[in-house]
Amino acid sequence: MSSENKVLLEVKNLKKFFPAERALFSKVKHFVHAVDDVSFEIKQGESLGLVGESGCGKTTTGRMVVRLESPTDGTIEVLGKSVEDYDRMEYHSMVQMIFQDPYESLNPRMTIFDIIAEPLNIHNVGTLEEREEKVAQLLQEVGLTPPDSFLWRYPHELSGGQRQRVAIARALILNPKLIVADEPTSMLDVSVRTGVMHLMMELQKSHGMSYLYITHDLAVARYMVNRIAVMYLGKIVEMAETEELLHHPMHPYTRALMDAVPVPDPDYKRSEPNIIGNISVPIDPPPICRFYDRCPFKEEKCKIDPHPELKEVSSGHFVACYPVQEGKIK
Amino acid sequence: MAILKFENLKMHYKTKKGYVKAVDGISFELESGESLGIVGESGCGKTSVSMTLLRILPENAHFMGGHVWFNDDGNMIDLVSLSEEQMRHYRWKGISMVFQAAMNSLNPVYRVGDQIVEAILNHYPETPIDEAKSKVAKLFELVTLDPKRMDQYPHQYSGGMKQRAVIALSLACDPKVIIADEPTTALDVIVQDKILREMKKIQKELNMAMIYISHDIAVIAEVSDKIAVMYAGKFVEQADATTVFKRPMHPYTFLLMNAFPSHVGEKKKLFTIPGEPPDLLNPPIGCRFAPRCPWATDKCRTDEPEYKEIEKGHFLACWHPLTEEVRQNEFRK
Repeated sequence: MSSENKVLLEVKNLKKFFPAERALFSKVKHFVHAVDDVSFEIKQGESLGLVGESGCGKTTTGRMVVRLESPTDGTIEVLGKSVEDYDRMEYHSMVQMIFQDPYESLNPRMTIFDIIAEPLNIHNVGTLEEREEKVAQLLQEVGLTPPDSFLWRYPHELSGGQRQRVAIARALILNPKLIVADEPTSMLDVSVRTGVMHLMMELQKSHGMSYLYITHDLAVARYMVNRIAVMYLGKIVEMAETEELLHHPMHPYTRALMDAVPVPDPDYKRSEPNIIGNISVPIDPPPICRFYDRCPFKEEKCKIDPHPELKEVSSGHFVACYPVQEGKIK
Repeated sequence: MAILKFENLKMHYKTKKGYVKAVDGISFELESGESLGIVGESGCGKTSVSMTLLRILPENAHFMGGHVWFNDDGNMIDLVSLSEEQMRHYRWKGISMVFQAAMNSLNPVYRVGDQIVEAILNHYPETPIDEAKSKVAKLFELVTLDPKRMDQYPHQYSGGMKQRAVIALSLACDPKVIIADEPTTALDVIVQDKILREMKKIQKELNMAMIYISHDIAVIAEVSDKIAVMYAGKFVEQADATTVFKRPMHPYTFLLMNAFPSHVGEKKKLFTIPGEPPDLLNPPIGCRFAPRCPWATDKCRTDEPEYKEIEKGHFLACWHPLTEEVRQNEFRK
């Protein structure tokens, strides 16, 4: 088996429940099922996009993968070994994160050099000269040139796009195998955003790492990842190769989502999304299909049976929906 | 006759370091029933345009020239020249606004219905309260909110419902022009879709003029009859929506439109615009886009191009307008 096909990250039956607000003195505890039985894998060099609306659990999933949250249940394995069995330092030299807001994620009192070199300090890598050289080289790679003019500046002197480039350099410095990127371009302006997207794509090629790319934007995901997993209220409802998913969405939620996204073409006429009501918070949800209340295609079975498993409906295309699995909706 | 006309309007903010030229010579016309989309990136001055129109400006804002003509039943009134007292007469009755971050534009300690009743009574003090209330109920129905919710407080509303309430509020005094500044930016796409559809429908039903302001080109594409592209305090191009998307002549328009990914159709090349938007304290001389423009020549760096009508309804400020051939070539590169 070539290294290309080796499984890098394997997430199995991952769950995260947060206690919901409860009344004073009440003993009944309720839980928000933020992530509820999510499984997926990422092969080396491959990228997966987690796409969904706010509150679908995509960020919580990403935070569990980088060990910022601990799962309520389920396992996360990197290169066949459970995260629990890794030393924290060792783990973070393999798995890094890029956050959404470059105005919040960089320490305003540190220079750009200190920010990017901090992982090297923590992991005790190299001498000061070596670190300086490495940081300068990375600045060059992320397009902040000449590096000397950036090394000793502070985050407030940089624009949003430049800051996000610094965050990317920091995530890269330990040569991680996986980067969890949580909406890394959603705060950036259009003209700057494409630059950062292109940079992330190039770096992936040159460094051979994988992305777990979290976004609400299907159009951005299209350019960034090989496969997309669509999440709805803590569950993955559909997963397929990017173009396959965008051209043949099957789950009723994916279809509605696709129809709801505006298209940058004034002559394009979107059909109205076929979906009922509004999104809710999954506090102690019933065990049936999460999408049941909003689904225009629901059947008797959906009301009685447990939430459907993700099943391969066509090659590499997984859907969690009874009517789709039974071939009732095309 | 146009309902609204901006004529070379200049509004600058005075700061310790000098004047920030946020709105620097903006001209456009708007007819009843027509919608104009203003696109631009953060800091280009698009929100300042809307604040200028309603004259809800901070103290350091200064008008540096130009006019804003508003058609008051046949009389063209220059809003810039009005006193604050006179301006109050046009605010909300003539021109109203759906604010950015609508969730914060409702008062949390008042019932939502009462806030809209208050707006009506403020501008039409002689209205009997029952009449005002039934008007609000009708507005609620128009924006597909259950009128029973009039007695609830903002925290009992979801994000989408608050946005609808704010739209109802903007309609309270039957304005002729509504400005919607990033009306759906904080919302999830499915809710956004519903709101945009409703706004388009209401606009048609009431034959209002709309100004949409957004950084989201896809949203602007869907709601606007014509689109103005703003860069560093100026309009660089304006035309009907299809022309702006399919035959843009300003390099910035062309690059911006093609920097925006789409989830449908063919997967197209995404363009990048080098550099960063300029500082409006000291904007570049000549064409403001010249430092980032791949087609800029020496002339662009010294002489400022005039913003003028190059064909009917198509305005442009550029020394070297792009041709179809140049545009096609860029995709082949």
